[in-house]
Amino acid sequence: MYFGLSEDQIFFQDNVKKFLEDNAPLDVIRKIANEDDKTSKEDLHKGIITLGINNILIPEENGGLGLDLLFATAVSQSLGEGIATLPFTGSYVMAPIAIKYGANEEQRNFYLNEMSSNNINFSIGFSEFFGSRNESELNFLKNKVNGKTFFVMDFDYATHIMVCDKDGQIGIVSLESTGIEVVDLITVDKTRVFKEIIFKNTEVDILENTLSSKEAVNNAIDAGRIVIAADSLGASKAMLDKAIEYSKERKQFNRAIGSFQAVKHMCAEMAAELEPCYSILWHAAHSFDSGEKNKKIMACHAKSHISDISKMISKKATEVHGGMGFTDLLGLHYWFKRIGVNRQMLGSPEIIREEAAKSQGL
Amino acid sequence: MDLNFGKKYKDFTKEVKDFCKKYKGIHFIDSSKVPLSGSFKSGEIKMTRSDWQKILIEKGYFARSIPSEYGGYGEESDIIKSRIIAEEFAKSKIPPPMGGQGIDMLVPTLLELGTEEQKQKYIKPTLHGEIIWCQGYSEPNAGSDLASLQTKGKLIDGNWVINGQKIWTSTAQYSQMMFCLVRTEPDASKHAGISYLLIPMDTPGIEIRPLVDMTLNAGFNEVFFTDVTIPENNIVGKRGEGWAVANATLSHERGSLSDPNAMMNRLNSLIDRMKKETINGEKVIKNPVYRDKLMKIQGKVIAFQSNSLRVLSAKLNKNQDVKIAGMIQKLVGTELRHELEGFAIDIMGELGTLYENSPNIRDGGSWQIAYMYFLGLIIGGGTSQIQKNIISERGLGMPKEPKVQQGA
Repeated sequence: MYFGLSEDQIFFQDNVKKFLEDNAPLDVIRKIANEDDKTSKEDLHKGIITLGINNILIPEENGGLGLDLLFATAVSQSLGEGIATLPFTGSYVMAPIAIKYGANEEQRNFYLNEMSSNNINFSIGFSEFFGSRNESELNFLKNKVNGKTFFVMDFDYATHIMVCDKDGQIGIVSLESTGIEVVDLITVDKTRVFKEIIFKNTEVDILENTLSSKEAVNNAIDAGRIVIAADSLGASKAMLDKAIEYSKERKQFNRAIGSFQAVKHMCAEMAAELEPCYSILWHAAHSFDSGEKNKKIMACHAKSHISDISKMISKKATEVHGGMGFTDLLGLHYWFKRIGVNRQMLGSPEIIREEAAKSQGL
Repeated sequence: MDLNFGKKYKDFTKEVKDFCKKYKGIHFIDSSKVPLSGSFKSGEIKMTRSDWQKILIEKGYFARSIPSEYGGYGEESDIIKSRIIAEEFAKSKIPPPMGGQGIDMLVPTLLELGTEEQKQKYIKPTLHGEIIWCQGYSEPNAGSDLASLQTKGKLIDGNWVINGQKIWTSTAQYSQMMFCLVRTEPDASKHAGISYLLIPMDTPGIEIRPLVDMTLNAGFNEVFFTDVTIPENNIVGKRGEGWAVANATLSHERGSLSDPNAMMNRLNSLIDRMKKETINGEKVIKNPVYRDKLMKIQGKVIAFQSNSLRVLSAKLNKNQDVKIAGMIQKLVGTELRHELEGFAIDIMGELGTLYENSPNIRDGGSWQIAYMYFLGLIIGGGTSQIQKNIISERGLGMPKEPKVQQGA
């Protein structure tokens, strides 16, 4: 029995972390976020691709690494910790999983091979399935798609968009097709890009198995939720580490503020709530990988629980920094905002908890 | 990640399941004399608590790692087996092995620091439930600052003569013996002046007063000592070493106050209750607000249970570092259990306030009892605030509070 990340997983995770520390310190992130510095951003993406993060979940026979979701989860922790301005959850986790379960053999081999050789990059828009809003609606009719979908993620280097309707049908649209309007959405989190996409009679390739089964969309969303939770966990860890560090340096009343119980207890509360998040996260990823009966419940709880704890930590860690925490100068807000957006992505905690209740027959 | 325990343990689980089937329905004929035996008095299989302890030791289900010359099973400890035993016993409602402060705290202390004579004399009857122990640590003016305790012991003519008062002494009314921290070196510094003494509870000069707690149970006692005289060699470790001796056992206590399996059982009972209760003709489980709160708590319980799997894994795999994961268990476990029990009361509304033998009471009033009992556990065994000091200072490396200058 071994509960935790393997040596290989830790090694991969550390590599990504180290890469980001070396290549994407806060001033680089800030440039990308504020000034839309495309060169830095592209260099970062090219660099991280050489580490193989785009190929984790693609099978070996399609030129990928053939690793599991726990690996992707380990990597996502590092991406969140370093607030990486990179696509991951949609392009490199949800897309290959949706194809694995939703595609027929011909589609599967085509897309996975093209993905592993970096010719195809997916952007993902699944919001219609778990939480459609007033203005949005998507309709597939034969090989055409019409309508609008929000919060399409990982658009950065996309060649294709993968979208899903309210019934769980998944379709793939090439960005070279006609009838696509891309609208920029501006969120509080400038480290990642989100789009609204409007389709007008656009050519679409429907993943064949999704006509009759929701397995693909459910698996893709479960996996996506786990990996986003990992991102928030990494970001929370970074915020707690910064708070502890700051509390040891900052002096008031001739003492390090970290020696006051009021501050100590805030940090202890953050650590006490954060620590079990690692466990539920890895447990959920493991349940997914081994196809356990409770995998949906675990994925839901990992996402909603970690979203709640991360929100608490993003607030408290900022408070430990006092007025400095509120400034742009310190940059703590990049982590705060990342956590805030992650919380809503692929379902807010309330929506996800209701899914958890339904999936256990309540 | 590998959550399988292997074939050896599969076989063992089956063996334990068969054992549980065989002993379903135990009735302890001496339940009034032994703590925590009260709920087993309706079955067909009649025996004493001590008989049961002996059966468990013989099977290796209890006292596994305690050497056989002191009455244990005499094998290497096996935490996976312990876990299987705990889980299967809980599932089939078989009485678990006796715990309590004698078995959980004194026996490990004696094994580590006791004399050969003490080990021979006390361990076996303690394991058999024939000697029940209570712990004499806290005093009215020594709670979180335990080392400031003032109960005094003087060596007079080869005997310790003890005067003072202890408080929060659970099971004192059942106990034959107390292990007790006593200030024997009044001139030494605070921590160096304490000795760890073993006091027979029938010694003249001991008065036990029940301390009724908010659940209306007398779960605790106050114990008063007036010229209580015991032999000089009833000491564990040397004079003035009592603080170190006691610290070895306090760490045993903290881990045992928050059991994730019990928490999961309780959560499942809560879900059952929510399926049965109705409000305005609708099942409570269908009410969206209550549903959401239930799911929130379920998420926390799963996270806590997963955390304990991680801690278990670190015991089996020596290279895993889970320092903080272990440190937070008492704090998170007791607070979460209190929250769970309190929520169960909320879903019952007014009915949730019923107590004792009231008409319409649900589940025997167990939710109110546990709601209050776990508030006690949040405070006992190192309060939540003390736990936060430990986590921040020892876990996160934050600076200690500066010492207040004497006379300032």
